[in-house]
Amino acid sequence: MSELTDLGVAAIRDGVRSGAFSAREVADAFVVQVSKAKALNAFLVDTPDHAIAAADAADAARAAGETLKPLAGVPIGMKDLFCTKGVASTAASHILEGFTPPYESTVSGKLWDAGAGMLGKLNMDQFAMGSSNETSYFGNVISPWRRADGGNAALAPGGSSGGSSAAIAARLCPAATGTDTGGSIRQPAAFTGISGIKPTYGRCSRWGVVAFASSLDQAGPMARDVRDCAIMLEAMTGFDPKDSTSLDLDVPKWEAGLSSSLAGKRIGIPKEYRVDNMPAEIEALWQQGIDWARDAGAEIVEVSLPHTKYALPAYYIIAPAEASSNLARYDGVRYGLRDLPEGANLQDMYAATRAAGFGDEVKRRIMIGTYVLSAGFYDAYYTQAQKVRTLIARDFERAWESCDLLLTPTAPSAAFALGEKSADPIAMYLNDVFTVPSSLAGLPAMSVPGGLDKDGLPLGLQIIGKPLDEQGVLNAGLALEERAGFVARPEAWW
Amino acid sequence: MSVDIATVKKIASLARIAITEEEAARIAPELDNIMGWIEQLGEVDTSSVEPMTAVIPNHLRLRDDVVTDGNVRDAVLSNAPVAEHGFFAVPKVIE
Repeated sequence: MSELTDLGVAAIRDGVRSGAFSAREVADAFVVQVSKAKALNAFLVDTPDHAIAAADAADAARAAGETLKPLAGVPIGMKDLFCTKGVASTAASHILEGFTPPYESTVSGKLWDAGAGMLGKLNMDQFAMGSSNETSYFGNVISPWRRADGGNAALAPGGSSGGSSAAIAARLCPAATGTDTGGSIRQPAAFTGISGIKPTYGRCSRWGVVAFASSLDQAGPMARDVRDCAIMLEAMTGFDPKDSTSLDLDVPKWEAGLSSSLAGKRIGIPKEYRVDNMPAEIEALWQQGIDWARDAGAEIVEVSLPHTKYALPAYYIIAPAEASSNLARYDGVRYGLRDLPEGANLQDMYAATRAAGFGDEVKRRIMIGTYVLSAGFYDAYYTQAQKVRTLIARDFERAWESCDLLLTPTAPSAAFALGEKSADPIAMYLNDVFTVPSSLAGLPAMSVPGGLDKDGLPLGLQIIGKPLDEQGVLNAGLALEERAGFVARPEAWW
Repeated sequence: MSVDIATVKKIASLARIAITEEEAARIAPELDNIMGWIEQLGEVDTSSVEPMTAVIPNHLRLRDDVVTDGNVRDAVLSNAPVAEHGFFAVPKVIE
């Protein structure tokens, strides 16, 4: 029954409900695929027992004639940024190695309450800092995709949610959680030919999610199509008194509200996103997306977001500043690694522990953050960045006067090879040029696959919406998805 | 502003990250390059702009001042590298 692993969230849910197959058959099939895909290094911890227990509960509920839960019988992957009770949670770092949370993150808990089971914890960039999944302490995730040139170069699955994207594209799980601080759901989704949505900041609780940059961090689902993202998002969203920035709003019925008609919608094309040196294929895909949106009934309007070019430098002040504060907690006292050199005092222990426990990119960002927040520099860097952030948010507010949604490419290129950009931090940071502005403004945004480049690699289109308009974003995503007809998948070599 | 080796050592010390001379020498040009790239923010006229405090308007809530949990000492200590007598244990800090 290996074809069960080709099914998405909705198809599994519906098939389990109708009795076309059992939840246990589904869980078993995915557990086998996960065990056979070690070459991808997508999972840090396998939890087949969790997935099977959830499946057995779904089958038992059906046998007893009970109403099945929204995700009954659906096994998923969990990004290792989410703390899971009794299951090691490291954020792909050495400093949290051995940490086993005695509590469950709100988002993962909601998914289990909805009937989902966990196949395992997914690899990622260390502390979600990276765009290629090359900063994990536990090794790179390898994209299941390969270029059609026969060279077999190992490609980046994107980051930071690279284990999530690789696992979904390789049919190791039908859906997974991701988190997005500056593009960490959308860019990996684009690189691997899947869909992913970052909801409005505050929709999903951050409680129990290892903190990177708290004013930007937001959880969201990744899956192979828009409907599956809607189903997952409904289960993940909701008010949580344990997160002070959680929005106290009802959860919309996003799946029921799906409609691919864009009649009456105005879709803005931000002219500043036509960046220098944009590959012709990205340009062509963007135009294709514009044509699809028009075909779906949308009116296309050009808009201006004049401060776009300042979004990345602002982000690389704000995110490291918040990271340097958040990561101060890793001190070798309460959890994780402790490095206590012979004769060391407490201060030496802190410094030795953090030197041994953090990877190079994490140290780089902590040091940038420490620098920009240090005495004498705070106003010039941090305050200025927060002011620029206000201007970026204002750009979007002005754009909403003439349009309802924005359409852009998700990333400035297709997946690059592992090692290709890792020596140049700024080249790596520039990968998030199209995703960071909407993160700074807290807006919902999603990536859907649009097509393949000349090497046979997926390219993504991004839709950005007004605050709380996830429905509009999902609907536009669905309109593009129907027209793109994206069915390409990586050939199994692993 | 340029980031030199002495600055890197100072930042690392503030961030409580031990670094060697070699690491400081390697990191200094990297950080200098990144900070140089970030400098372009200075071009933006922000004289009449307030810094962002919340991306989505939201009011911080107050909850009743009551005990909501407790009696979880062992769970709190369960991940400690060293715990003794119901406390986190650290190297001696008072001479």
